[in-house]
Amino acid sequence: MAKHETPLLDQLESGPWPSFVSDLKQEAESRAKNEKGVEYQIPVDVCEDLLGVLELSFKHGRTHWKHGGIVGVFGYGGGVIGRYCDQPEMFPGVAHFHTMRVSQPAGKFYTAEYLRQLCDLWDRRGSGITNMHGSTGDIIFLGTTTPQLEEIFWELGHNLKQDLGGSGSNLRTPSDCVGQARCEWACFDTQALCHDLTVEYQDELHRPAFPYKFKFKFDGCPNCCVASIARADLAFVGTWRDDIGIDQEAVAAYMGGELPPNGGAHAGRDWGPFDIQKEVIDLCPTKCMWLEDGKLKIDNRECTRCMHCINVMPRALRIGNDRGCSILAGAKAPILDGAQMGSLIVPFIKVEEPYDEIKETVIEPIWDWWMEEGKNRERLGELMKRQGFQKLLEVTGFKPDPRMVQEPRTNPYIFWKEEEVEGGFDRDINEFRKHHLR
Amino acid sequence: MTMAFISSGYNPAKPMENRITDIGPRHFEEFYPPVIKKNKGKWLYHEILEPGVLVHVAESGDEVYTVRVGGCRIMSVTHIREICEIADKHCDGHLRFTTRNNIEFMVDSKEKVEPLKKDLASRKFDGGSFKFPIGGTGAGVTNIVHTQGWIHCHTPATDASGPVKATMDVLFDDFQNMRLPAQMRVSLACCLNMCGAVHCSDIAILGYHRKPPLMDHEYLDKMCEIPLAIASCPTAALKPGKVELEDGTKVKSIIVNEPRCMFCGNCYTMCPSMPLADDVGDGIVIMVGGKVSNRISAPKFSKVVVAFLPNEMPRWPQTTDCIKKIIEAYAAGANKYERVGEWAERIGWERFFEKCELEFTHHLIDDFRDPAYSTWRQTTQFKF
Repeated sequence: MAKHETPLLDQLESGPWPSFVSDLKQEAESRAKNEKGVEYQIPVDVCEDLLGVLELSFKHGRTHWKHGGIVGVFGYGGGVIGRYCDQPEMFPGVAHFHTMRVSQPAGKFYTAEYLRQLCDLWDRRGSGITNMHGSTGDIIFLGTTTPQLEEIFWELGHNLKQDLGGSGSNLRTPSDCVGQARCEWACFDTQALCHDLTVEYQDELHRPAFPYKFKFKFDGCPNCCVASIARADLAFVGTWRDDIGIDQEAVAAYMGGELPPNGGAHAGRDWGPFDIQKEVIDLCPTKCMWLEDGKLKIDNRECTRCMHCINVMPRALRIGNDRGCSILAGAKAPILDGAQMGSLIVPFIKVEEPYDEIKETVIEPIWDWWMEEGKNRERLGELMKRQGFQKLLEVTGFKPDPRMVQEPRTNPYIFWKEEEVEGGFDRDINEFRKHHLR
Repeated sequence: MTMAFISSGYNPAKPMENRITDIGPRHFEEFYPPVIKKNKGKWLYHEILEPGVLVHVAESGDEVYTVRVGGCRIMSVTHIREICEIADKHCDGHLRFTTRNNIEFMVDSKEKVEPLKKDLASRKFDGGSFKFPIGGTGAGVTNIVHTQGWIHCHTPATDASGPVKATMDVLFDDFQNMRLPAQMRVSLACCLNMCGAVHCSDIAILGYHRKPPLMDHEYLDKMCEIPLAIASCPTAALKPGKVELEDGTKVKSIIVNEPRCMFCGNCYTMCPSMPLADDVGDGIVIMVGGKVSNRISAPKFSKVVVAFLPNEMPRWPQTTDCIKKIIEAYAAGANKYERVGEWAERIGWERFFEKCELEFTHHLIDDFRDPAYSTWRQTTQFKF
């Protein structure tokens, strides 16, 4: 017998897509039965009250969660988000319902053994409800009480060898694509770089010292499966500088219809026989490909590495061998001054352990500038907009490069610096007036 | 009802005693399946064998078969334990999650695929929905990335899990099929803070407020730093002022210049005495045509094509109808490999509205600051 009637939510149990309502109900039931004899440290009926408060929101068309309070674990300024219900008497089980962000392993590979340890901990000390995963990438523990925060943190560190993730004006937990672990297109080891930087910058991740949030994301190739270019203050996108590898026999096999184009991604419709001219060569954004005597030719110097031809013919074409990444700075979602895409600050950099060049010539000079000049709640991209791309070049010391712009400026309003102009700005008006009467 | 407190070993009197901090996440290599560990960086190619099933082939000749299933981002420990049971039974105890909240079960030989698929497809919740629907690959609809909504957030203008469930039920066939011209990424953010990358999605479902903050004058000065709240407003719609309460007392508070408000809710983030939530004012904006991939054309932002749809609990029918209509028009009109945004740009946005049977209203013309100017038509090239 459910604690609260949920007639609206019940209507989300039907239909084919997995129902989160059914899942919440099964957790509520499991806690009520407690067949394993778990010593629950927060209210046993927490899931029932969660369903109850959500039903009330479905009825009212408004949330019933209040602003977060200042809660956390000792010495950290992030990783815990305070949350309180605005109807605590109706739903005492979720009166305190704080989130904990747990730093996910790079690539989001898991063993069942480790996930069970997380489940056991969260079953006992929290709601048993998670997000796998939050938008930034963390494992999210959804809902516990204040006295449990330190206990959970202790168990995470001592028993699971596992830390919390970032929140607030911190480095947020970095995240990456599947990368070289299971993708032939990854131009660098996204997991290795993601993990290394996460560990290197633990202080920045846990203790707020920034003007606002800061995100790293790592995409192994320009397909950008983790959306770094749209979401990360610093986006690391794999690329290469030499030639695309061509297996002409496989090209012929695609042309002959023996291999499915795009790895079979279009198998749900009859698009007719594969036409390499129409589907690859004509769609190339730089028109750097052609057929010659039945063989595919690429003018690699003109290629902008958009991945289309490689995506369409994965068995015939391979990413180049001189691999590294491009770095784009300043992406963010619209709040406040509109959405911003990342801007290219490093066209190419090698990605090699221990990644000193990336840390010392890119990340740290940019952080120094942003921490010095950034206003409260100003993202890196907004500072770049306010002070200009040229300032970013100045603080990093990178040389200007036409690759950094879509086009040169259309106005001549150049802020010439005194040292750039012969003779400087210091002039004698009287000397001037000798030749130009008042 | 809570049981007796059990200490983990933490001593509140001495918080620094034996404290472990700054160890970061577990190392990823601990979690790789053996076939992944062995062939990392040496994969030759991949193929989608059928919707939701991929094979990756390595230089060594090794193969890894991946079965991808949709997951709810919100997930109970009971459900995760079931995932673990499946991983133990079929995958030597390994699995991974994708960026879009899918779960991937990997096996190292083809014979193991069918039993795994059969097992996954057979599992249903008591309410009848699939626990582990197989799909989400190639030129189809993959899982919707989304935010918290009413389940856990203090600023949402719509729910997240509810509209996502309703939308995925409507788009379910396209989760398990690959008939579309290219991949279709649908995302949901329950307010314009956009905790997900919805601003670059093929179709974005965005919660939006339409009424200015409701002023709790009596408490505002006690609850908030007035200058911080005023500084948080991107349109300078807030100013300090004195307000007379009903009992005649005067209090310091904030005055809202309502025509200037763009309903972003940034003030509410700084000051809890200015809630925006409203059952009628809040609802959904539909944005279309964004992408993050650099494939063929540059990454693009999504554009607003429907300014407002009401919150209709529990299944948001106007929102799901609208999305279905856009996807059908796209499926019928776009060329192979063309994303929604590329299709709209090729045929022209005037044609897009016609094909999708969407009304073009004044709300859809950008009037927000400098970038708006370049979105107006500055050529005589347009279609009748």
